[in-house]
Amino acid sequence: MLIIGERLSIISKQVREAIQKRDKEPIKDIALEQYKAGAHMIEANIGPAEDDGEELMEWMVSTIQEAVPLPVSLDTTNPSAMEAGLKIHNNEWGKPLINSTSFDPERFIMFELAAKYNVPIIALTVGKGGLPRDAEERVEIAVQLIEKAAEYGLSPEDLYLDPLVLQISTSQQQAKEVLRAIKLFQELNDPPMKTIVGLSNISNGCPKELRPLLNKHFLSLLMYEGLSAAIVNPSEVIETVKTVSVIMGKTLYAHSYLQI
Amino acid sequence: MNFTIPKESYTNKIPEIVFGKVKRAYFGGESALPFLTFEGDFPHKPLIALEIQDAPPEDYPEELAKIYSSVWNDPVSWAKFCEDLGAEAICIRLMSTHPDSKDTSAENAANIVKKIISAIDLPFIILGSNHTEKDAEILPIIADVARGYNCIIGKAQEGNYKTIAASAIAGGHNLIAMSELDVNLAKQLNILITQTGFPKEKLIIDPMCSALGYGFEYTYSVMERIRIAGLIQGDDMLCSPMVADVGFYVWKTKEAQAKVEDNPSWGDLYERAVMWEAITACSFLLSGAELLIMRHPKAVEVVKSFINDLI
Repeated sequence: MLIIGERLSIISKQVREAIQKRDKEPIKDIALEQYKAGAHMIEANIGPAEDDGEELMEWMVSTIQEAVPLPVSLDTTNPSAMEAGLKIHNNEWGKPLINSTSFDPERFIMFELAAKYNVPIIALTVGKGGLPRDAEERVEIAVQLIEKAAEYGLSPEDLYLDPLVLQISTSQQQAKEVLRAIKLFQELNDPPMKTIVGLSNISNGCPKELRPLLNKHFLSLLMYEGLSAAIVNPSEVIETVKTVSVIMGKTLYAHSYLQI
Repeated sequence: MNFTIPKESYTNKIPEIVFGKVKRAYFGGESALPFLTFEGDFPHKPLIALEIQDAPPEDYPEELAKIYSSVWNDPVSWAKFCEDLGAEAICIRLMSTHPDSKDTSAENAANIVKKIISAIDLPFIILGSNHTEKDAEILPIIADVARGYNCIIGKAQEGNYKTIAASAIAGGHNLIAMSELDVNLAKQLNILITQTGFPKEKLIIDPMCSALGYGFEYTYSVMERIRIAGLIQGDDMLCSPMVADVGFYVWKTKEAQAKVEDNPSWGDLYERAVMWEAITACSFLLSGAELLIMRHPKAVEVVKSFINDLI
């Protein structure tokens, strides 16, 4: 499973301050910590970045890639910042990932960028009308997203479908719908559609001590349903990922399996 | 409609082993299952090393004695004899160091190894006697004596890998890691050995060999599973070349020893014994072995012609 390190997000106070000061060190440290913990890709979430988006995304991508030999998942709603990130990204360690588009015409420009730069893209199964109610609604939107992507010349293999994980504390029944959606998404294509989640949203708003517990157990269930990628805190979930991979027979067991 | 052969896709490539000081030998480096040349690259053919021992062997049956008894009193002459037979590599098994044999000392073994490797310009595999404690005692000294000769040493096992891996690092050698007929144990040993700092690309897996009729199919299926895990399932820890220590097991069998008079229906001893080794070896090539350690020159000839027919 593809592990994308979530920690470089504008939502984090430490990251926000480092960004404001353009202080590379904390950014590099966090990138490196995630790389060592087992991340395959580093998320750079700069938010809407309305003022200085292009320059900021360039700065983030190059700072991250100065610290770790990994590709970057580019997370912004600002298309010109997205394009700036795609241009500066060093593809030596893999292609970047566009995070994200959805079934909202304002965000179709991200499909255009994915096609132009020949990179994979996360497609949230959300329309303009608000949050999806259940797995079936997510699947309906997913079908529309696959068709829309095709109009831009993208194949289903370029897409990562994201069912949108919601908070357990306020939308408890949605956790089960997300699990069902992961299973159903895969049936939309052969080879199966790729799927992704922003995991920690499940425990958003929960007491601090409960969050890792909720995240890890939810991830186990998602992996059982066939999840292909997750945006996570790598050090928190790496043992879960390795253990479930062994239980599911994807990794061959050895007594030291946690150490590799 | 044209028929296209479906091809397997591989995620890994077996590391290439190069050993020897001046004359070198190579194996591994392939990117597909054995002999499927239409699916991947095969830079090298499987390699056969001829086995010699540090003292006159106690258990070589008649057919081997016929070939080697005139030279086996002197390991250097024995090695020279193998060189003249056209050996591409020589495996020195330090059998007399075993406590149940002559329990000879590490210094004695070191002297013998030193003489052989300085007299003969061929790549060497140097093995202990498979006695866990004694091997841990002698192999570090051997690894040091052979420093700069870029040998393959072994075998590191669960009970002695720390000492042996450390000495292989210090001596700059490749290392054979032997586990007991189990894919999970093979993986575990490779993890433990690489955790000592030993470079993974210089590791060779010995899944524990066997002879035709004597557990052969266990080794065969473990080898298959190791190779599939390493090449197709992306298991880096099992993506290593494999050795089949064929001669050691084959020449213990009664089929390689029984006289025709005792068992007329078994047929001629020479032919039977040679074919027992050759067929065991060829079969292990099919399950993924890249390095064979063999004893009878005629069996080696048969296996070589088999390899040349396939690649």
